[in-house]
Amino acid sequence: MKLGRREFLRAMLGAAGACLGGRILGPALASGVPSVPVTGQARKRRWVMLVDTAACDKGGCSDCIEACHRVHNVPALPDEKERIAWIRSLPYGQVLPDERAPLVRDNLGRRSVLALCNHCENPPCVPVCPTKATFRRDDGIVMMDYHRCIGCRYCMAACPFGARSFNWRDPRPFIKEINPGFPTRTQGVVEKCNFCEERIAKGQMPACVEACTEKGLSFFDLNDPAPLNRNTLESRYFVVRRPALGTGPSVFYLVR
Amino acid sequence: MYTKGLGIAVLALFLVPATLPLWYDAAAGRARTAPPKLELPAGKKACIEATDYMSRYHRELLARWQESVVREGRRTYVAADGKAYTMSLTKTCLGCHTDKAHFCDRCHDYLKVEPACWRCHVVPPKEGT
Amino acid sequence: MLEKAFSGGRTYWSWITWLALLCIAGFLCYLSQLRDGLAVTGMGRSVSWGLYIANFTFFVGVAASAVCVVLPYYLHDVKAFGKITVLGEFLAVSAVVMSILFIFVDLGQPARVLNIILYPSPRSLLFWDMIVLSGYLFLNLVTGWFTLDAEYKGEQPLPWVRPLIKVSIPWAVSIHTVTAFIYAGLAGRPFWLSALLAPRFLASAFASGPALLIITALAMRRFARFDVGREAIDKVAVIVTYALATMLFFFLVEVFTVFYGAIPEETIHYRFLLFGLDKNYSLVPWAWGWIVLAAGAFVILVTRRRNERGLVVACVAVFIAMWIDKGLGLLVPGFVPSPVGEVTTYTPTVREVLITAGIWGVGGLFMTVLFKTVIAVKKAGASTQAP
Repeated sequence: MKLGRREFLRAMLGAAGACLGGRILGPALASGVPSVPVTGQARKRRWVMLVDTAACDKGGCSDCIEACHRVHNVPALPDEKERIAWIRSLPYGQVLPDERAPLVRDNLGRRSVLALCNHCENPPCVPVCPTKATFRRDDGIVMMDYHRCIGCRYCMAACPFGARSFNWRDPRPFIKEINPGFPTRTQGVVEKCNFCEERIAKGQMPACVEACTEKGLSFFDLNDPAPLNRNTLESRYFVVRRPALGTGPSVFYLVR
Repeated sequence: MYTKGLGIAVLALFLVPATLPLWYDAAAGRARTAPPKLELPAGKKACIEATDYMSRYHRELLARWQESVVREGRRTYVAADGKAYTMSLTKTCLGCHTDKAHFCDRCHDYLKVEPACWRCHVVPPKEGT
Repeated sequence: MLEKAFSGGRTYWSWITWLALLCIAGFLCYLSQLRDGLAVTGMGRSVSWGLYIANFTFFVGVAASAVCVVLPYYLHDVKAFGKITVLGEFLAVSAVVMSILFIFVDLGQPARVLNIILYPSPRSLLFWDMIVLSGYLFLNLVTGWFTLDAEYKGEQPLPWVRPLIKVSIPWAVSIHTVTAFIYAGLAGRPFWLSALLAPRFLASAFASGPALLIITALAMRRFARFDVGREAIDKVAVIVTYALATMLFFFLVEVFTVFYGAIPEETIHYRFLLFGLDKNYSLVPWAWGWIVLAAGAFVILVTRRRNERGLVVACVAVFIAMWIDKGLGLLVPGFVPSPVGEVTTYTPTVREVLITAGIWGVGGLFMTVLFKTVIAVKKAGASTQAP
């Protein structure tokens, strides 16, 4: 069978198309989320946060929330609908709905628990972003690039934890006292907790961890060979939010 | 639809706004203003790069800083002369250029550009205000 | 050919003027939204997508439904669709334009929209949605236009038109499947996480789009004295009937699976929609409203399809019912209760409704201008044919 010029060209075009399609579809169908390497780190880090729900409830305060919102210029909006919160205090049953055993429900149902971005290992918010404005770093932090965000709010729909907020209006008039050490955001972008990556870069603890007077929050690198709290993590029973979804949260709750 | 007169009239109507920048100022009796003078910060000898480079490429420099800090977590900039600086508009640039109104705004207002940067990046309050 | 849209009677021009006023009102409201932010809408932290995305979803369906007339005509030589096919293609063009506009007005930073192209993200369904919608708009505009143009000149369309039409058939299915996948892939939203969502979308699209086509065809017969033919309308009405039956069956299947399986995080959204939750009954009248409308329309279509008044009533009922189900009936229960159990009411604001109406006006203008051109060409063609 003779291969004419036209047949040859068609075959080549088809093959090129298949390769291109594979290169585009391949990453699209791959499981797991590719992460962005962080330059200048001696070893790969894996940041996690522990929340001691008993200490948190004992405190009965919102020092962590105030510290976070103050440091990061989070606006205080009067309308509940438009509220922006990087970290919230909510009833136990709403934060950890999978913990449904009756004793747990009755005893702990009214306890306040902190809810924030879980910086998941398999974040559902990352693949849905049409501009890669939200992305996962190698050290586990799920970042927001406020310069690139087009405000489509697909990530808000995808987040199973309700951790994200949108700037429905210009936030500046609603910031009590602007902290010049950190930018504000602008109208029309989504924002959320960033695990204080700008403070970690300087070797500091996240603002919420530092602000907690009850020592209810701890933050460390799981890859650190000699961590402060790794023993705690391995010896006590910690739960995460919505484990069945397989998102792999980095925020662990100690329930006692 | 194809009358010659109508076509010429529409073309003329288009040319008027299209050539506006060329004749508007003269028609309004406004003389061409000289480029603005920028007030440099007192006591500082040099910027992180040469003046000519900064005035031409400060936008591109800031865009690269933004990519580096946000997307790579890399915050240290090594200038052409080998000195290291933190990549920050507020802390590094505005740390020296404390008077935005008499520096940054001078050229931006002259050219009628509004950099979107100021919507988020905080301009630290001037000393004594 | 387009100059034919510039000649018309008083009814035509007053219809165009009314649509143009709607567009201007919507545009002015959009300027205020650009200035003040999306706070001018009724959306909030819990219900972060609302009327705009609801309309986007619905009109992608209407656009996809062009395949209901294109496929029979071009693949199975159903000659009765001779006049209605190009109308279906132009309805698709108008609907796609509306869908794209609805996404655009929903963006918080619309000036950055080109970031989707600058930083392609093949894992995001919105990226694929932009590609398939743009492609579909191009396909239908080009094939519809050049087919009509050939008819205008009394010739056969050029050979490249037919392969493009054949491509537009699976492409139509793809645009609505991609739109459904936007919702159906979200593990955190159990109301949407269903394999049946894409088939349900297609069924409701194939009911609502052709219903609109019938209403428009009958309106053109009355106002423009242009008849697509009794047989064409009958056949399209059959399509609406079967699509509506399928859609209602899919809905019942979903309801059974959710309520019989009785997993709390799944039932809670349907309970909010159908029976109210925490004393919030905001969606209940809408839900039962569309169910009653759809069921009633089905009965009329089965029994009184050939009666023209019955057909119009049924088609209007189908259109409204499908709009409610795929619009607010899809969006709001997906968000309520929120992942942390908040039950909120979503009420669109006046400005939000006007912006929506403005986009409806744009779609209406596209449809009117394109349909007028079709009518003029086909009427001219009919008058030159030998008796």
